[in-house]
Amino acid sequence: MEDVKPQLFKVTVDGIEVEVEPGTTILQAARKIGPEVAPPAMCYYQPLKGSGGKCRACLVRVAAGSAKDPRPMPKLVASCITPVQDGMVVENTTNPQVLDARKGVVEFLLINHPLDCPVCDQAGECDLQNFAFDHGAANTRYEEERRTFDKHDLGPYVQLHMTRCILCYRCVFTADQITNKRVHGVLNRGDAAEIGTYIEKAIDNDFSGNVIDVCPVGALTDKTYRFKNRVWFTKPVDAHRDCPTCSGKVTLWYRGEEVIRVTARRNEWNEVTEFICNTCRFETKNTSDWVIEGPTKIARGSVISANKYRADLQKPAFGQRLAAAQYKTVDDTRDTSQLGIQQLPPERFNKSLPSATE
Amino acid sequence: MTTETKPTIQFTPDRLEKAKEIIARYPEGRQKSALLPLLHLLQEQEGWTPAEGMDYVAGLLQIEPIEVYEVATFYTMFHINPVGKHVIEYCRTGPCCLMGGEEVYAHLRQRLGIEAGQTTVDGQFTIKEVECLAACGMGPVFQVREKYYTNLTNERVDEIIDELSK
Amino acid sequence: MAIKVLTEHINVPGIETFDVYRKQGGYTAVEKALKTMTPDEVVEEVKKSGVRGRGGAGFPMGMKWSFLAKPEGVPRYLVCNADESEPGTFKDHYLMKTIPHLLIEGMIVSSFALGANKSFIYVRGELMYVIHILEKAIAEAKAAGFLGKNILGSGYDLELVVQPGGGAYICGEETALLESLEGKRGNPRNKPPFPAVKGLYQCPTVVNNVESIATTSWIVNHGGDAYAAIGIGRSTGTKLISASGHINKPGVYEIELGLPVEDFIYADEWCGGIRPGHKLKAVVAGGSSVPILPANLILKLGNGDKRLMSYESLSEGGFQTGTMLGSGGFIVFDETACIVRNTWNFSRFYHHESCGQCSPCREGTGWMEKVLHRIEYGHGNQHDIDLLVDVARRIEGNTICPLGDAAAWPVASAIRHFRDEFEWHITNPHEATQPGAVFKGDMALV
Repeated sequence: MEDVKPQLFKVTVDGIEVEVEPGTTILQAARKIGPEVAPPAMCYYQPLKGSGGKCRACLVRVAAGSAKDPRPMPKLVASCITPVQDGMVVENTTNPQVLDARKGVVEFLLINHPLDCPVCDQAGECDLQNFAFDHGAANTRYEEERRTFDKHDLGPYVQLHMTRCILCYRCVFTADQITNKRVHGVLNRGDAAEIGTYIEKAIDNDFSGNVIDVCPVGALTDKTYRFKNRVWFTKPVDAHRDCPTCSGKVTLWYRGEEVIRVTARRNEWNEVTEFICNTCRFETKNTSDWVIEGPTKIARGSVISANKYRADLQKPAFGQRLAAAQYKTVDDTRDTSQLGIQQLPPERFNKSLPSATE
Repeated sequence: MTTETKPTIQFTPDRLEKAKEIIARYPEGRQKSALLPLLHLLQEQEGWTPAEGMDYVAGLLQIEPIEVYEVATFYTMFHINPVGKHVIEYCRTGPCCLMGGEEVYAHLRQRLGIEAGQTTVDGQFTIKEVECLAACGMGPVFQVREKYYTNLTNERVDEIIDELSK
Repeated sequence: MAIKVLTEHINVPGIETFDVYRKQGGYTAVEKALKTMTPDEVVEEVKKSGVRGRGGAGFPMGMKWSFLAKPEGVPRYLVCNADESEPGTFKDHYLMKTIPHLLIEGMIVSSFALGANKSFIYVRGELMYVIHILEKAIAEAKAAGFLGKNILGSGYDLELVVQPGGGAYICGEETALLESLEGKRGNPRNKPPFPAVKGLYQCPTVVNNVESIATTSWIVNHGGDAYAAIGIGRSTGTKLISASGHINKPGVYEIELGLPVEDFIYADEWCGGIRPGHKLKAVVAGGSSVPILPANLILKLGNGDKRLMSYESLSEGGFQTGTMLGSGGFIVFDETACIVRNTWNFSRFYHHESCGQCSPCREGTGWMEKVLHRIEYGHGNQHDIDLLVDVARRIEGNTICPLGDAAAWPVASAIRHFRDEFEWHITNPHEATQPGAVFKGDMALV
């Protein structure tokens, strides 16, 4: 009988403690605390087995390995694949070394990434945009020629823009794990590596469209939605239908009265909750095909709900807010009456400070 | 995966025998381990690794063709495009360069009238630049098929080309 | 006469054949281990010997063996890493082609110690002729009853498989090697789990370098303590050094660890000095990935003592003034060598060999190569030098496998010790790009 609850591990991320089951990764433990301390993930994708470890966006510092062995780990570790230990202390955005490494990762991912966001269908829901906005530098130091690839046609549904690809391997895992036959993969190696089918072949099976949803950037996009609109002008609505192939639970993206796109539903980490079939995604774009459930809950960080990228709306970094939350007044009482300075009323200083857990 | 049509490229009977022997080396269900040896066998037979041949190998190992393409394009020894009769794989790495590797390389290219990645018009020679061949004490070095040619000089290169041209 | 653990009989005519090798005392370690020792006793001797992994990392071999998980009913594997590809390193190539049975004997002893019944030798594909030599040696050993079922009546079975690589330096990284051996792209795995727990086919696996495995026969024959008595401090035993570059006698030398670097370079027994009329400028002591050191720093320590060929002495001073023993690829540069060109060359190597799986290495190695190429060809800017240092810093330590470090160190160390040479290339592009032009600034030549 498994009545005994497994002993939980206590983990501290950026000063916040959380209890998780043994075997949990640092990233999942941090996600349990909340989006404020969850490291960014460009390649890790919880529904896909074996994903993670490649992009290095989620690097964190382990300041104490465990209660038993509190030595720090010598290198930054990829939080998405590193299991927690009891008493582990993790530094995420509170460590300058981590922030510097992430800045480096953003720079590396962007040196060969085209700055074609204005014409990219992914713009507005792009993990790389978000990652660069949160962790990158404002300008580039890269002066060399950018990498380009020969064009490959993947068939009537999926558009491949190889120059935008960051080689997260998510679409490869998807084809392996969701579809019955994989015809595309990663060819060549090093910075010449590319997604392709080698000999021109359409990616063609009932679930192939899911590679679009898992792609963190605009490398794989929906051909039936191509250049139709910008995501921030669309209205997402949850809907379902009785589908013989998949769960039929989707998000419809409206422009006015017209369904211009159908995607799987995603959770707050931008991960698909249930993969959907190509018929639902590409072939059923009339409202009459669907039972409408209501507006999709949009994450606070989404470009749809807020002007995410307006600098004046940018929140202070978590570390700053943590410092602010732990703010203690310094006793600095001096008699300044002789200095001829106008004494400000005490309410003047009582502005509320932002909370770390907000 | 089974294909009804007979593949256009197949191993010769003795190579097929060898292939089966190789596949049997690995534990049950791990036949994919034979992929690299079989690609070498394919290249030995065809001179390069054409897609039809890779599909055939995929069939032998009961894996998807893309799994073979992924591997063949990762490893630099496999010629995924047709090559000349003799592929000269020239080491371009540091220790060989210290021993005059770059000068000898210039001579080789001039002698054959081609650059890296090209094949002579008569289809005899292809030059391919490779990284360190683990023969740094005997540099400059190049390799043609299994044979290492070491301590190269311009004269030595001429002799080897003459020899191979026969 | 210095002691030779590996190369004592290497010049005996016909040593590549079983009969000659056997006459020279070959396969006695197999007899001793299988007939008189338990596997744990063999492991114990290897532990006592203090021998450290000869592939480059220098991790104690006995300790690595003791990490091997031994769950019931799950096969264990020993895989020999013969994917020697680090520029400047060619010792395993030499050892396997001249005395293949030494490796085979070591494989039998080591497999017995670890309880592996099927072991693999993963040889880089370019060495196909060496693969044929090894396969022939295996067939001979099998015919003599040293391989196969019930070896020497001990009840122990072992099968050896020689696996060719396909041309990828990264497969020298142990988990990339295992991926390759499973017929996949050579992408290093995320760790943990380590191979000792989940390696080949998800079974417990030990991966060891050729030289490390070849050493085990001697250790079994003479005992771990006898091996530990050779060498200096924690650098026990002997090491094969691949010597190349501007020396009189390039080649593979077996040295007792602790030999002064100066002796190794200048004595007739080893490199025989710098080629006539030239002087020592710099040395890469352990394969292209370790930091390059200028002549004065490679010969002497900070306190004026001679630097020795040992793990500790070579790394003395950290990366500021030290380097690493690495795989023992000893590349010597005289004053005609251009450090910028060589750094670009090495950088091109790592760019070419990056598997492309993780972003810092995939993008960073190419970036460094392109910047170095520009500097070498007269299009550098002053800020490029600091840029290179910064890119190298952001690759180092942030990648899945050590290739990132290996790509970063040569660039960072070349700039650390030869910054004026880089600056000269940038400020004098016309002069620097003349054929054969080399920086002749103020530097210590020996």
